[in-house]
Formats: sequence, C-alpha cells, structure tokens
Amino acid sequence: MSTVSPQAPGDFWEVEPHHHHEGASTSIGFWVYLMSDCLMFAILFATFGVLGGSYAAGPGPKDLFDLELVALNTAFLLLSSITYGLAMLAMVKNNKGGTLGWLAVTLVFGLAFLAVELYEFSHLIHLGAGPQRSAFLSSFFALVGTHGLHVAFGCLWLVTLMIQVGQRGLIPANRRRLSCLSMFWHFLDVIWIGVFTFVYLLGMI
Amino acid sequence: MAISADDIQTTFLLGRLDWHAIPQDPIVWATFVVVAIGGVAMLWMLHKYRLWSWLWTEWFTSVDHKKIGIMYIVLALVMFVRGFADAIMMRLQQAIAFNGSEGYLNAHHYDQVFSAHGVIMIFFVAMPFVTGLMNYVVPLQIGARDVSFPFLNNFSFWMTVGGAVLTMMSLFVGEFAQTGWLAFPPLSGLGYSPYVGVDYYIWGLQVAGVGTTLSGINLLVTIIKMRAPGMTMMRMPIFTWTALCTNILIVASFPVLTATLVLLTLDRYVGTNFFTNDLGGNAMMYVNLIWIWGHPEVYILILPLFGVYSEVVATFTGKRLFGYTSMVYATVCITILSYLVWLHHFFTMGSGASVNSFFGITTMIISVPTGAKIFNWLFTMYRSRIRFELPMMWTIAFMLTFVIGGMTGVLLAVPPADFVLHNSLFLVAHFHNVIIGGVLFGLFAAVYYWWPKAFGFRLDPWWGKVSFWFWVVGFWTAFAPLYILGLMGVTRRMRVFDDPSLQIWFIIAAFGAVLIAIGIAAMFIQFGVSIMRRDRLRDETGDPWDGRTLEWATSSPPPAYNFALTPVSHGLDTWWDMKRYGQTRPRATYVPIHMPRNTGAGVVIAGFATICGFALVWYIWWLAVLSFAGVVAASILHTFNYARDYHIPAEEVRATEDARDRQLASAGV
Repeated sequence: MSTVSPQAPGDFWEVEPHHHHEGASTSIGFWVYLMSDCLMFAILFATFGVLGGSYAAGPGPKDLFDLELVALNTAFLLLSSITYGLAMLAMVKNNKGGTLGWLAVTLVFGLAFLAVELYEFSHLIHLGAGPQRSAFLSSFFALVGTHGLHVAFGCLWLVTLMIQVGQRGLIPANRRRLSCLSMFWHFLDVIWIGVFTFVYLLGMI
Repeated sequence: MAISADDIQTTFLLGRLDWHAIPQDPIVWATFVVVAIGGVAMLWMLHKYRLWSWLWTEWFTSVDHKKIGIMYIVLALVMFVRGFADAIMMRLQQAIAFNGSEGYLNAHHYDQVFSAHGVIMIFFVAMPFVTGLMNYVVPLQIGARDVSFPFLNNFSFWMTVGGAVLTMMSLFVGEFAQTGWLAFPPLSGLGYSPYVGVDYYIWGLQVAGVGTTLSGINLLVTIIKMRAPGMTMMRMPIFTWTALCTNILIVASFPVLTATLVLLTLDRYVGTNFFTNDLGGNAMMYVNLIWIWGHPEVYILILPLFGVYSEVVATFTGKRLFGYTSMVYATVCITILSYLVWLHHFFTMGSGASVNSFFGITTMIISVPTGAKIFNWLFTMYRSRIRFELPMMWTIAFMLTFVIGGMTGVLLAVPPADFVLHNSLFLVAHFHNVIIGGVLFGLFAAVYYWWPKAFGFRLDPWWGKVSFWFWVVGFWTAFAPLYILGLMGVTRRMRVFDDPSLQIWFIIAAFGAVLIAIGIAAMFIQFGVSIMRRDRLRDETGDPWDGRTLEWATSSPPPAYNFALTPVSHGLDTWWDMKRYGQTRPRATYVPIHMPRNTGAGVVIAGFATICGFALVWYIWWLAVLSFAGVVAASILHTFNYARDYHIPAEEVRATEDARDRQLASAGV
C-alpha cells in the first residue's frame, strides 16, 4: 500500500452498527413467490386455451357447467377476500379479537367455496365427465383443481395463523405472516376471476 | 395405449416394489458392490473419527450461505463423477458396437445411460454447482452477512439433495427413464414407459425443482434488498449482476417445468389426456412447454459463468472491466431474449416458414449481446499485463472454445440447416461445446479463483495445469469427431452402427473421453495435494489475486458474519477503491452481531419429501400419504419456532478481528 493515497470519496466502512430491519425482505420475497406461482397458473391457463376445445366427442362446457352454482362459489370467494381485508384492518388497529373473528369468517367462506367445488367435481365425475374423458376435461380439472388445492392450503395456513395469533398475539412476526397470507388469499381471488371468466363464462357462450 | 395405472399389479404394503426391481445386469451389480464398499468405508470413517455430530451441527443444519454453497458444490462434484461415468460408458459402447457387435450395453441399459447422463449433468451437476457458487460469492460481493432467507437456503439445498438421491436410487432399485433427458411424450407416457423409470425422473426433478425455485427467490431478494450502502445497481460486481439475471430466469422459468411435469404426472397416474395420442391430447404441447423452461435454463447455467469470466479477466489483467455498462445491458438483453427462442429446439415440428423464421432470427440476435461480451473481455485484455494463473487460462480456453460452439449454434439457428442437422451428433457436439466450453470451464475458473477465499489456501498450480491441458485437448478430441459425424448425418442416441467407416471417429471420440477422465482425475489429485500442502499454499492476506470486489476485503475463510463492519461502496470495484485510497479496516467498538440460528427442519422436511417421492414412484400409497403429511406437519411445526436468531457476542467479534489484524501484520499488509 502506498503511503500517499488520493483523497477518498468518503468512508468505506460503517463504524456505527448497521441494522437490517428484521423481516424486511419477507414481503418482496413473498411477492416474487406469488409471481412464480402465477406463472404456474399461466401454464395451466395456456393448456386450457390449447385443449379447451378438444371434447373428444364428449360433453362440452354447455352440457356440464351450472353457472348459478359457480356464481355462488365466486361470491363466497370474493366475500372471503373482503373479510380477510377486514381482518387486516383489525390487525392494524391492534384488535386481536377482531382479527381472529374476521379470520374465522374468512375460513368459513373458504371452506364453503371448497365444499361447492368438491360437489361440482363429484357431480361431473358421476356424469362420466371425469378428467380422463377428454383433453378439455383434463385441462379443466387441472386448472380448477390446482386453484382449489391452493385454497385448501390457504385454509390450513389460516388455521395455523389463528392458533399462532391466539398464542402470541399480534407480534411483528405474526403481522408479517398475516400480510403474506393476505397477499396469497387475494392472489387466489384474482386467479379465480380469470377462471370464472375464461373457463365458465366464455365456455357458456 | 389403453393402459392405466390401475392395470399395474400392486400390493398394499410395497406397491409395485418387488424382487424384479433389482436390475438383471452384472454391470449394475458390480457398480453396486463398489458403491456399497465405498459407502460402508465412509460411514466407518465418520464413525471412527466421531464426525457425525460435527457434520450435523456444523454443516447439515447450517444456515450459513458459505457452508451451504460449499455443500452444493460437493454435491455437484459427486454427481459429476456419476454423470461422467455414464458418458464414458456411452463412448465405449459406440466405439465398439460395429461390424455386427452389440457392444456391451443392452438397449434397455443404454437408453437409461444417455437419459441419466443428461439429467444428472444438467440438474445435479451444473445447477447445484452454479447455485453453490452464487450462494457462496453473492452475499460476500454485496457486503451482506447472509442471504435474505437463511433457513430457506438450507431447505433448498436439501431438496436438491433429495432429488439427487431419488435419481441415484433408480440405478439400483428399478430403472431410470429411457426417454432422453426431457422425457417427451408419448414415449414417456404410461403406454410406452409403463415401469418406474419416468416416475423416478418426474419425482427426482420435482423434489429438486422446489429447492431450485426457492433458492432462486432467495438469491433474487438478497441481491435486491441486502446490498451494502452505496452499492447501487450499476455499482454491483458483474458476477452479482449475472447472478441476479440468472435468478430472475429461475423464478420465471422453473414454475413452467413444475407445471409441465405435473401434467405429465397426471397423464401417467390419473389417466388424463394432456399429451396422449387419443381423446384430444397434444404431445407437441409438452415439447413447447418443456422448452419454454428449457431454453431459459440454458442461460440460467451460462450467465453466472459469464460473470465469473468478467471477474477473472478484470482481476488478472489488473484493469477495470472494459465496457461494464454494456456488459450489464448485454446480460439483461440475453435474459429477455432467452424467452423468445424456445421453438428453435424443434424447427422440424412443422410450424411453418413464418414461425420458424421468427425463432431463427431471435436466436441469431442472441449472438449479438454474447458477441459484445466476448469483445469486452478481449478489450479488457488488450495491452494489459495478463497474469496467466489457472483461472485466466480457463477463461482463454473458454473464449476459444465457446466462440466455435456459438458459431455452430448460429448455424443451427438457420431453419433449413437445422432440418438437416436436427437430432444429429452435430447438435450433440454443439451443445457440449457451449456447456463444457462455457459452463464447465467457467466453473473450473471459479473454483480455482475462489478456492483460496473459501479455504484460506491456494490450489496447487502444477496439477491444475495437468488437469487443464488434458481437459482442453480431451474436449476437442472427444467432440470434434462428433461434429464430423453429425455432418455425415449420424443421428444421436444410437446404440449400434451398420457403417464400419464411421468407427474410427467414435474411437477418436472415446480416446478424447479418456483424456478428459485423466483431466478429472488430475483435478481431484489437485484437491488432495493442495489440502496436504495447505501450509505452503496458505494465503494470509485474504486477497491472493489482488482482487477488485468486496469478497476479497474480508479474511480467507471469512468469519461466520462475513464483515464485522458494513462496507460502503463509492463506485464500481469497491475493494479496489479501498486499496487505492488506502482505506484499511477501522478499529471500532464492536457490537454483538445478529445472526440466524441453525436448524434441522430443512433436513427433516426434505427427507419426508424424498420419501414421498420414492413412495409415489412405487405406488406405495400409504407411505406417500404419511410422508406428505410429514412434510406438511414438519413445515407447520417449524413455523411455531419463533426463536430463530442469536447474537455473536462483541468479545467474540473483537477476538476474531484482532486475530485477523495479527494475520494481516504477519503477511506484511
């Protein structure tokens, strides 16, 4: 090292301790995860786009879909997004009881959605319109089923968080987790709107 | 074709696993004996030297990005030996299977060998090697203490191991896929591949794929959120830039692979009709989907190595990298363009002239930013005093080799030419030319470059040079004949040949493979020799190459917390600036350092996932349900653990840093 050095543009080391806000990366990390999940749905939508007309001389959307049932289901899911939003508002107001209450309502809506979907699936299979019948039905079950599986895991996560909030209250770690599940829950809503539009509504035209 | 999973005979307890699962092949038995002896010897050594608890607490459960990075690279090296064994078996088979000879591998075995070779080399050698490298180097280069999600990092590693275990298990229990490395249907459907080979392929890749996606998210967020103060995007070291782009590609392409394999799984397990020949299925959709992942994958592998070459060239010429900004933009261009070329893998599908022209042109356009990179490296070297250390030698070998591989690639991008060369050995020669000449040479450059950082001593240069020359000469001896054979119209994946005039080329190629084998052996000898002579090769400075970026600002090996004080960046090449401005580490009152705590949860969850994969391969449904429940339960249980961090006491930090001062003083810095 030479003894005479040019003037440095500033200090190269932070002598004061450097604090990384704990969990600062969680939101963006979860966003990136959601985008990767979104891509998986994109592939399933694309698959439905390619195969959605391949009925293989079997039943098509008009023979199978019951729009009123799907509308009810859509209402359940959209309402659950609102109630989750209310849970988050209660969380911001530091209202543990309110948070847990609205989470419970969200869970009920989520489970109702799943129940209707399972009924729809079993009805289709009973009619002989199972996923093996045609490429159209394969891609239908894959897309709608993957969404349903996500909702099921969302419900499991929600129960876990309710226990954790019950045990430890609205501590920063739990707030972070609640906002991650919030993003996940609304994301599933957005996907469902795509499913409702492209699979059910367009199928009925 | 009317076969479904229900038609396959199973028992409740073991599914379709029975004595027939043991391969009827003396070659496999001999391999098993060797592996078993080696395994038992290793276990005995671990037991004798009481290394179990050390391995568990210091390595397996570690969330330290440096240790995880090293473990990734160890995994890659182990799998490399397996993948290369497959390669040399193929070369030997093709060299002797002439004049009526069947060679020594039956068709069933040979088809598994070429499939396993491709799968292992891409998914379990190149991927973990690149991931390990990024894991080790990126946090150090950006002045961070660890990655954003340290536990996730450990879990990702063990999922990759789980995938590798499933793939290796297929060698002795059952079979591996005989479909080639991308398992195109309908061949990979249940009708043509009824046994477990494709299922091992699917579950091996799915288990490892979860790890890859999560580690991609982790490193991406780390680079965005954890950079040292002052390090703006355009001040990031070029390796970090390429790592950023690679992880964007991972996050934006691996879900496609996951979804595609899920659909193939449904076809095989549930009897759906995505890729079947009947009931409306469309096999070409699989080919499209898998290459929408597969082409970005190629750039996932090569981009970080472009970063390595950039670091190496700048360091060993002692100059700032020529055209840093254009290098960044070239990397970003390649990242975007890599999504617009997938169809060039199947021009012969018959999409028509317009579609083929579009993808042919986008493919040729990629060579522009790549060419810009080559010129940037050349201009950095121009009129500089180059130090011909091993990393620099590998870099020059790369430039010479890769340019030729790139040009044969541009040739293949011309659709009419591709119609002639498609599926030929010319293609095989081309992609080995860019993957070995680009990815592997870069990985070797990186190992020699960063080894002193990781272990505190250099690698022995003599054995390194032996390895280098055998590798480079061996590579060209092995693959130049394949170019010639490909131009003569010889297709890939052939087990026997009718035309005796071709044999000489295969013998030359086999000889080249032997030279490469010597190169590999020399590399392992180099590791052994260097470890034995580590005191003579010791580096006390932490900066043996006169480096430019922040990883050289800390000791070798770095302490668990990487940097006691957070470095501040004022421009490109922060460590070079520190040296230029005579900035030494200030003496400070150290405070306790906040660090993530080790955990065994990653091993447990990945272990359940691997068991679940095995159970699904063999239709052992009860075990699949139980182990999947294990994955979910262990994951949930892990979230109930809120005590995930600890503090390194200030006294310990001070002791470590004082020791570092004494070390630097003894080295005369």
